[in-house]
Amino acid sequence: MSEQMEINKDLIAASSTPIVLAILAEADSYGYAILKRVRELSGGRMEWTDGMLYPVMHRLERDGEVKARWEVADNGRKRKYYGITPRGRTRLKDEHKQWQAVDATLRGIWSTRSIAIPSSPLPQGA
Amino acid sequence: MPTHSESAQLDVQIDQWRNFLRNRRAIQAVDVVELEDHLREQISNLTESGLSTDEAFLVAVKRIGRLDALSNEFAREHSERLWKQLVLAPADAAEPQGGIARDAIVVFSLALAAALLVKLPALFGIPMVNANEEFYLRNASLFVLPLLTAYFAWKRNVAPATLRWLAVVFVAAGVFANVALFAHNGTAGMLGALHLPIALWIAVGVAYAGARWKEVAGRMDFIRFSGELFIYYVLIALGGGVFTGFMMMIFEAIGIKLQPFVQSWLIPCGAAGAVLVASWLVEAKQSVIENMVPVLTRLFTPLFAVMLVAFLGTMLWTGRGVGIQRDVLIGFDLLLAIVVALLLYSVSARDPRAPAGAFDVVQIVLIVSALVADLVALWAIGARISDFGFSANRVAALGENIILLVNLSWSAVVYIRFLRGRGSFTSLERWQTGYLPVYAAWAAIVVIVFPLVFRNS
Repeated sequence: MSEQMEINKDLIAASSTPIVLAILAEADSYGYAILKRVRELSGGRMEWTDGMLYPVMHRLERDGEVKARWEVADNGRKRKYYGITPRGRTRLKDEHKQWQAVDATLRGIWSTRSIAIPSSPLPQGA
Repeated sequence: MPTHSESAQLDVQIDQWRNFLRNRRAIQAVDVVELEDHLREQISNLTESGLSTDEAFLVAVKRIGRLDALSNEFAREHSERLWKQLVLAPADAAEPQGGIARDAIVVFSLALAAALLVKLPALFGIPMVNANEEFYLRNASLFVLPLLTAYFAWKRNVAPATLRWLAVVFVAAGVFANVALFAHNGTAGMLGALHLPIALWIAVGVAYAGARWKEVAGRMDFIRFSGELFIYYVLIALGGGVFTGFMMMIFEAIGIKLQPFVQSWLIPCGAAGAVLVASWLVEAKQSVIENMVPVLTRLFTPLFAVMLVAFLGTMLWTGRGVGIQRDVLIGFDLLLAIVVALLLYSVSARDPRAPAGAFDVVQIVLIVSALVADLVALWAIGARISDFGFSANRVAALGENIILLVNLSWSAVVYIRFLRGRGSFTSLERWQTGYLPVYAAWAAIVVIVFPLVFRNS
């Protein structure tokens, strides 16, 4: 049960944009909290190398899908918060549709060919 | 909860980690702040769940990811950061913005002043025509270098005593360039015109280095500045040539000939103003753009070394002596000057603490082969110098040859000592920077003493 499932790098990279945008659609957030949320949502199955989140954030920022601002955190340190922009919401909707299509296709294949799929562990903690 | 000493220890560790990050060009200061915030929050969460600060630090650093991978990822996202850009506005708001704008205004005013200064003699009946060629040649450095010196004196807040001394130097230079006894004296006068800029360049150096002129590092910076200035000036001149060509061409198309304007205004004024603009660019971009001269030095040092070894080998093999033409000494002077420049600029770009490597061996081969080639030439010339007679030209060339020869010989000694682990690289730096006044002194002798000694030669 505790076997660690490795999700391959390409999948992680492809899914990082919708995941980050979806988290920001809930509320503005900052790097560490975003990663924590990813871990919660995936039940620890999506293991991102922490540092890699930031280039992704910067790309979204450059594309105008998120907007960043500096604030002073409770501990007195400067912290960079990200919020989703209207453009980011459009992108999120778009990604949502695409992933639904991928998901539907895969479901179709799994059911018709009835390939044995190892049951995935339920998300633990939250 | 971490104790006080633990958190101090943690700060030290985070400082180190931050410095590693800062060395990555793709990761900028703001990114470091962001990553550090992440690291600290991770650590505090881990310590709350029972880890010691040491353990928490290690885990947090590991989770952030390997620096190489991280910096690659940043580089992919921010590829423009790998190309150092010349941003005249400071990247982070630490530096006051006003300083840069003020600097630009001062420099462009001085460049304009230099351009006008070039045209000033025309107002007093010395137009820029062939008959006055000598006048302009003698005074060329005086149109520009006082203003350049003034710029650096202003920028570096040079002490009033130094300032007075610099003023005296330039006034004296004006006298030597124009008083009949020194200036209108045939060959010696022309030699003076050629040597005056060399002598005055040291005055620029004194202003450039400011209070650091007495230090090796201050002089080294001036050497670096001179090299980069040369490269920038050449580039601006090339650009100026293209600009002028296009301007003449399109005006020609509507039947207007710009030749006179270009010759008597654009080129001389542009050439004078460009020195100041180029100096300012070198100042502004210092740490932003890779220095070009050391790169060229790396390329050409091995080429010159191979060429000289081949030359010496061929001479030995064929038994040919150095032909004794009139100008051969000047040719060898230039060769030594280039070897000194190659040495100087590889010294200027070398980390003095680095151990001796293959490039140092190439450097020594270059120096020694240049020395041998020069000695062969000197031998051939010295044997017959009495036949030629001691003209001003020949004495000047001989003097320069000896000055460069002494420089290179001692450099070779110091360098070989360093290679054999018996001396430090800094002694080579010290020798080279300490030698700078010698060039200026010799140039001053040529300007001042030669016209008195070689009358009407």
